[in-house]
Amino acid sequence: MQRIGVFVCHCGSNIAATVDVKRVVECARLEPGVVFAEDYQYMCSEAGQTKIADAIKREGLTGVVVCSCSPRMHEATFRKCAEGAGLNPYMLEIANIREQCSWIHKDMETATEKAVVLMRAAVAKVNLNVPLKSGESRVTKRALVIGGGIAGIQTALDIAEAGYEVDIVEKTPSIGGRMAQLDKTFPTLDCSACILTPKMVEAAAHEKIRIFTYSEVEKVTGFVGDFTVDIRKKARSVDIDKCTGCGVCQEKCPSKTAKSEFNRGLSKRSAIYTPFAQAVPNVPVIDREHCIKFKTGKCGVCSKVCPAGAIDYEMRDEIITEKYGAIVAATGFDMISLDKYDEYAYKKSPDVITSLELERIMNAAGPTGGHLERLSDGKPPKNIVFIQCVGSRCADKRGKSYCSKICCMYTAKHAMLIRDKYPDTNVTVFYIDVRTPGKNFDEFYRRAVEEYHVNYIKGQVGKVLPQPDGTLLVQGADIIDGRQVLINADMVVLAAAIEPDPTARKLATMLTASIDTNGFLTEAHPKLRPVESPTAGIFLSGVCQGPKDIPETVSQAGAAAVKVIGLLSKDKLLTNPCTAKADELMCNGCSACANVCPYGAISYEDREVRGIGVREVRRVAVVNGALCQGCGACTVACPSGAMDLFGFSNRQITAEVDAICR
Amino acid sequence: MTKAEKQAELIRDISGVDPYKCMKCGKCTATCPSYAEMDIKPHQFVSFVIRGEIEALTKSRSLEKCLSCFACIERCPRSVEPGRLIDAARQLAARERGGGFLTTEEVPEMCDPDTPSQLLVSAYRRYRR
Amino acid sequence: MKYSYFPGCTLKNKASSLDRYARECAPLLGFELCELPEWQCCGGVYPLGRDETATKLSSVRTLAAARSEGRDLVTLCSACHHVIKRVNDDMKNVEEIRTSANNYLSLDEPYLGETNVLHYLEVLRDVVGFDNVKKQVKNPLTGKKIGAYYGCLLLRPSGVMAFDDPEDPTILEDFIRAIGAEPVIYPYRNECCGGYVSLKDRELSRGMADKVEASASGFGAEMLITACPLCLYNLKKSKAALPVYYFTELLAEALGVAKDS
Repeated sequence: MQRIGVFVCHCGSNIAATVDVKRVVECARLEPGVVFAEDYQYMCSEAGQTKIADAIKREGLTGVVVCSCSPRMHEATFRKCAEGAGLNPYMLEIANIREQCSWIHKDMETATEKAVVLMRAAVAKVNLNVPLKSGESRVTKRALVIGGGIAGIQTALDIAEAGYEVDIVEKTPSIGGRMAQLDKTFPTLDCSACILTPKMVEAAAHEKIRIFTYSEVEKVTGFVGDFTVDIRKKARSVDIDKCTGCGVCQEKCPSKTAKSEFNRGLSKRSAIYTPFAQAVPNVPVIDREHCIKFKTGKCGVCSKVCPAGAIDYEMRDEIITEKYGAIVAATGFDMISLDKYDEYAYKKSPDVITSLELERIMNAAGPTGGHLERLSDGKPPKNIVFIQCVGSRCADKRGKSYCSKICCMYTAKHAMLIRDKYPDTNVTVFYIDVRTPGKNFDEFYRRAVEEYHVNYIKGQVGKVLPQPDGTLLVQGADIIDGRQVLINADMVVLAAAIEPDPTARKLATMLTASIDTNGFLTEAHPKLRPVESPTAGIFLSGVCQGPKDIPETVSQAGAAAVKVIGLLSKDKLLTNPCTAKADELMCNGCSACANVCPYGAISYEDREVRGIGVREVRRVAVVNGALCQGCGACTVACPSGAMDLFGFSNRQITAEVDAICR
Repeated sequence: MTKAEKQAELIRDISGVDPYKCMKCGKCTATCPSYAEMDIKPHQFVSFVIRGEIEALTKSRSLEKCLSCFACIERCPRSVEPGRLIDAARQLAARERGGGFLTTEEVPEMCDPDTPSQLLVSAYRRYRR
Repeated sequence: MKYSYFPGCTLKNKASSLDRYARECAPLLGFELCELPEWQCCGGVYPLGRDETATKLSSVRTLAAARSEGRDLVTLCSACHHVIKRVNDDMKNVEEIRTSANNYLSLDEPYLGETNVLHYLEVLRDVVGFDNVKKQVKNPLTGKKIGAYYGCLLLRPSGVMAFDDPEDPTILEDFIRAIGAEPVIYPYRNECCGGYVSLKDRELSRGMADKVEASASGFGAEMLITACPLCLYNLKKSKAALPVYYFTELLAEALGVAKDS
């Protein structure tokens, strides 16, 4: 028989205002196995923890139930406290009487009744608890960062600076990401390339950093501390060691019909190309879909002109396998497709562009050499209309439910830059709300209005009507004045919603990391663990977790790096002892458990099975304790009841249910 | 329940519109081809219903000017669909008035030799109960 | 291929050419329109009110009649198509309307939205195929610059109508290409013509028709085509006075069916 202590927390008024804690204590004293029960205002405080530790020693407790908040919040806290007092930490259980009781009920009577029931279930479980011991696993002291934008670069640099090896895998030919496409950055208006390129170069030169560009993660196995990753290095067709980056191949390449991805399709590029001048590495790739040599077998100009003999048409994709202790997702974002938003005439008029396209147009290395001009006729626009929230904050089927967060600020930036450089140009912004929380952000927006006289109109645009003379009639609402407004614009810029890069979904599946309904990777806790995925060893950096601007991305990238460093600094990790195990006598080797196991932790072995009246060699399930995450899917799937989970055994769960139904 | 409250409930019931979903972006008014003729603009219909000022809506000349073109319904980013509120207000007004916005007597002089029967049927349905 | 066919009231008088040429062209394109016996007027406009059942019943009768003939139902007039398609959607998906309509009608077998409702243009696009329409063309309308006028009712609300992209439709332009002419794309092709408001407020609806025609002719259209008798009526009242035809009239001309148009 256990000697159980029950500790009921008031959580200030969080629990005590809705649950009669004294009554829970009284009821606890009547439960089988309970030898001690008390309540306290804040059980998680130092004084509260001392109460538990003292009681364990004084009363000789063999089990503890804490009735408090969610185990996600403080289970670790209380188990550590119990361990300090000499009790096996797995002999302590939490009854969640806050999130699952006091916070969701109003009536004291029913809430108290429920709290008592939850307490009873936990006591019933502890009566069957057995001490469990964690195993140990090794830590590979190297990290993988997936995505080479500012988020990935910053995370990699911070990890490398702490002395750990880190690899960056980037799917495009160069690192740099979206930030490399931007012209200026808010709220300081410094040139994006000027602050990004040094970081790109630093990452490339760092002795602890390896960069695999034009590469993709193909397969991930293993677990925290010990991941094995297959990386596909796509055939670049250019020998990265021989190439000197002289650029002759790109100049001479006769195929110049491919759309430049870097310029958002607004200019053409050669089939052999580096995406932009400051690319890292400064080594081109051959786009085989557009290469004449690959399409017809004839050409070979690049090979002939290359002074370094770096062109290799025979090059094939290569898959390399590497070991990592931690993985950081930094896959970034793209803008949504505007195919379903043609009331803005994006598909019909070249002078209706997205904000990212405007960035390229305003950039000196962009398709117009930095001159603000209409793509239809090359003329400078005199009336520009910006439309906010295109596809953001939508409750319909077309758009995204969230605020894309960066649009208000970059639009203020665009508006200001245009008014500064081209004072004759009228700029109008249609907005729903102007959202500028951030250091010096609102001041920045106000400057656009007060100094640069940008015309901000509260209201949306109903339709953009291209006119026969090439202008764009913008029909919008000014809901403060309560009227419709018609503006004859010659350029319209759409602040299209951002969405997670399409590769994030596939990657999440490979990493068994969860994603939300919008495709953003989910953090372990929205406030307290914002850079960790709920899957151990997987960390999040940048917009793959949710919309954010550059300063926020860099902060989060650093935070993710710190978490990685903390993990890699350990030589060994304690494994979760709450894993599954098959009872060999009952297992019939049917594979039902292996089929449902999301972690590939179950295999089969022929083993000699001995029991009463049984002695034979049978195929039985064997669980790899290092891979098992204790999800319990196998215990439910097992038709013979052979599979059981330490810490959540079938008997324990049945006892809890019985206690609830009593 | 006051008359105004009853009307507000009825209008939400008939239309199936939840006015609280509106984020006041004004896209409906921006998109409305009849807006210039309307005394109460499409986006204002939503706030009138929230405030319970239904009497004003049933007297609004906007009810006669709405074309039921469904542009505000199609383009509303919050799926509030103010056009449905306008139609519900028109229904409410027509039911209260009996004759609605169109009398049988005045129809002949509105017609010409080309008037399609579709026009008469449609106008009858929208303007009368 | 045989379809049940709902012509609607206006196609029996003012818009008889919309109806006649559609029927005459169908056999050349491999299908036949079988007019439903004793059909009733659709009501012209879809009753938006959730508590309105009676005004939806005539459409339900039409839909149930097509079901009993075991065929898909084809419509031509934009308004009829709009009303019948939306009522069908209600019968399929809106429990209260389905129940109350069936209670009223007490059919032998309750109607649950089984009938597939197609617009004639959808038959051309999805069943015949515009490529096959093109193959049957005897007198291509080469060089004709035609503006497609969609109006509202075929496209919106797109969730129910599922006819085409409501902001960037292509079905009529593809049709225009199939008959050998050149489509003219202009921004007012899916804006309202003034609709039923033209009965009480001619000025208002004329203003809208003017915008449509000015926009179309500004982009070089020589004529407009439509599928809706009311659109045609309103557009013909506009200042610009572009010729306006039903799309079936031009189809008949291209296929060599019509000699007098």
